[in-house]
Amino acid sequence: MYEIRIHSRGGQGGVTAARLIAMAAFLDKKHATAAPFYGAERRGAPVVSFVRIDDHTIKIYSQIRSPDLIVVLDASIMDAVDVLQGMKPGGRVLINSPHPVDLPGVEALTIDLTGIALSVDLVVAGSPILNTPVLGAIAKMGIITHESALAAIRDMFADERNVKAAEAAYEELTV
Amino acid sequence: MAEIPEDEYLLKCTTACAGCSAALALRYVLKAAGPDTVLVVPACCTSVLQGIYPNTAFAVPVYNIAFAAAAACASGMSEAFASEGKKTNVIVFAGDGGTVDIGIQALSGALERGTNFLYICYDNEAYGNTGMQRSGATPIGARTTTTPGGKTDTKKDIDRIIAAHNIPYQATASAAHPKDLFEKVKTALATPGPSFIHILVPCPPGWRIPSDMPVTVGKMAVKTGMWVLWERKYGELTINGASKAAMRKRLPLKEYISLQGRFKGITEKQVNELEQQVEKNLARLAKEEAGEC
Amino acid sequence: MLTVATGNKAVAAAVKAAKPAVVAAYPITPQSEVVEQIAEYVTAGEMDTRYIPVESEHSAMTACIGASITGVRSFTATSSHGLLYMHEMLHWAAGARLPIVMANINRSLGPGWNVWAEHTDAFSQRDTGWLQFFVGDVQEAYDTTLMAFRIAENNGILLPVMVNLDGFLLSHIMQSLETVEPGDYIPPVRLPHRIDPENPAGYGAMTGPNDHFKFRWGIEKAMRNSPAVIRDAEEEFFRQFGRKYGPTEEYRCEDAEVLIVALGTLGKEAEVAVDLLRDAGIKAGSMRIRWFRPFPDLDIGGRDLVVLDRGYSFGYGGVLSSEIRSKYPGASIYSVVAGLGGQEVTYDDIAGFVRDRRMGEEFWFGVDA
Repeated sequence: MYEIRIHSRGGQGGVTAARLIAMAAFLDKKHATAAPFYGAERRGAPVVSFVRIDDHTIKIYSQIRSPDLIVVLDASIMDAVDVLQGMKPGGRVLINSPHPVDLPGVEALTIDLTGIALSVDLVVAGSPILNTPVLGAIAKMGIITHESALAAIRDMFADERNVKAAEAAYEELTV
Repeated sequence: MAEIPEDEYLLKCTTACAGCSAALALRYVLKAAGPDTVLVVPACCTSVLQGIYPNTAFAVPVYNIAFAAAAACASGMSEAFASEGKKTNVIVFAGDGGTVDIGIQALSGALERGTNFLYICYDNEAYGNTGMQRSGATPIGARTTTTPGGKTDTKKDIDRIIAAHNIPYQATASAAHPKDLFEKVKTALATPGPSFIHILVPCPPGWRIPSDMPVTVGKMAVKTGMWVLWERKYGELTINGASKAAMRKRLPLKEYISLQGRFKGITEKQVNELEQQVEKNLARLAKEEAGEC
Repeated sequence: MLTVATGNKAVAAAVKAAKPAVVAAYPITPQSEVVEQIAEYVTAGEMDTRYIPVESEHSAMTACIGASITGVRSFTATSSHGLLYMHEMLHWAAGARLPIVMANINRSLGPGWNVWAEHTDAFSQRDTGWLQFFVGDVQEAYDTTLMAFRIAENNGILLPVMVNLDGFLLSHIMQSLETVEPGDYIPPVRLPHRIDPENPAGYGAMTGPNDHFKFRWGIEKAMRNSPAVIRDAEEEFFRQFGRKYGPTEEYRCEDAEVLIVALGTLGKEAEVAVDLLRDAGIKAGSMRIRWFRPFPDLDIGGRDLVVLDRGYSFGYGGVLSSEIRSKYPGASIYSVVAGLGGQEVTYDDIAGFVRDRRMGEEFWFGVDA
């Protein structure tokens, strides 16, 4: 089983990111579940969502305690939240950041999702959309296929800028 | 006009959305009310923004109560304080859903009984706490999660329903006009019996505006006449401040509507209907203020 | 059609397939997505349904009653306090013998406000005459909602049906879903006592002490008919759509010495605990109960039962444990009160309950040592 924990702020689409990843994994003929952990709706507050991917039916509903991959959509969360908590030894981290982030002992990949979103004008109510470009990055990491990432995005969103952003992230991320 | 005190009752650990103008309004309400106050809060955004156990972000006692019941709870509390000769302010701070929809029975009853309390409805024109579903206070043409094609029914005019209860003090206010709000809360609390203040609180996630826009949008609501600032003391109506200018010459509603993502897709017909409602409302208020009705 | 969906969206998709004439809608976390999705279907013209955005849950149930008595299919959804706010009308709907279907997204009760999973809300409606099912995954949420309409509307039943989903744990989790075209699986609703101006009758008027009990017996008679009707609905569902359901879902129970008994998603997570225990040489099995009203016969056969109680009756005991004990007075039960207010319970915790079990006792997880 592959477990992903996504850290974001309310309104950035972290929950939708989890659902998109699950959908892509499903299209890859895997079993997948995606879940948020939140209470009332609050723009700007730290939010966590989870994805599990497996070849067999997933019967676990409790929270992910030792993720294989930690995704941080808003690096400022790292000031308030220990995003690395419970990470599996050898686990990876993917951070939305324009420059490299140094996390001792941890393989931290960075990608400027915000910059990518802005470059294709993927902005809603003043906020750049991060949950579709991040799918491109996750595909580049080999967790879902490139094809399924785009199919999942097209299934949920009509605006092709989402696909453009995902493609740009796929190209840009160096693994 | 009283000085606004420096004391803060809204502390730093609120869990409000970025740009929440309900929190902004509450900040001034509490400054006007002072420490000898109990806030009665039904299910609404304030249930959440006060923080999560074991913390509270408000420096006054807050009694949380079931959704339908705020005014009934305030009624009991007010009578109890009176029985002990206490002067503690009882203030309901409720959203529009808990006021014009599920809470209207309790509110009507509390007003009819002449309950000594202040009921504040902070109106973000949707069920905010549960994710922006339509309420009776949602205006025509607005998109919410349960009116994805835009609401086709008119905003319920709660102020006229309240007026029919003939209470001593009733007012409208705006989170974008804090001094006016501060004064009105002071007046309300100094008036024996029931008071009702209806505050417009632009909501970034609900109205689909950037988090730094609520004050701009709130001011535009008044400039277009979409929201009118007035108060009614013992039946005498006065139009206040910024609305006086809007009564003489107001900006077209487009200036207000175009700022908000929730009105995307609103039809010309709906905009015209809103313009007509605004004109009618302004005409009615003007007449009442002039003593002609 | 094969897709992915959350529990809430699966319920909405099933409601769309069932084609109700009226849906009454009031939001409450964590149910809101159900009524939001239905609103989208209606707005997009995918559902030909009259959508009533009522002003409270009491009105939601009452609007369904008003619709249902005219002979049309109706639906609503709620949770927690919303369910409690419509409580008197739940009694009314059953007493009026109306086949209303409602999704209840199980959530705890305040004060303090807590939006996470607990079964007390549904348990507090035990005595209303509603049928109740508890589901464990997204597919089952969809399938059971479809079955609910067929069961409720069966003229030998004509009682309302509640489909329970764990708040957040199932309502908001995304899993795979196969949607179906129900066709004649849900026949058109025919309410024998529907309002008919050509055959006027009075409904629910003053009924004296010599008659009222007969109507109460009518509800119970229908409830006693229901196991056969439910079984038939489940068998027909299997025949037409290939998925099998029963009063329980049993995993590795055949040679088990200890059974973990639960409702909802804990009953799924329990299967993971069973595998762990089996690897350690403990002959455990999982019995997830699906039917709650009517309460089903259970094949407990003298085994130790570790019952996960996600709802409690103060001064009395864990509700699921109490239900089992009342039906099987000799049963050996270890009542574990866990998961209240969304308290996290993992497969490791569940395995621990089994390993450390003290039969005949009650254990409050997080409180007792």
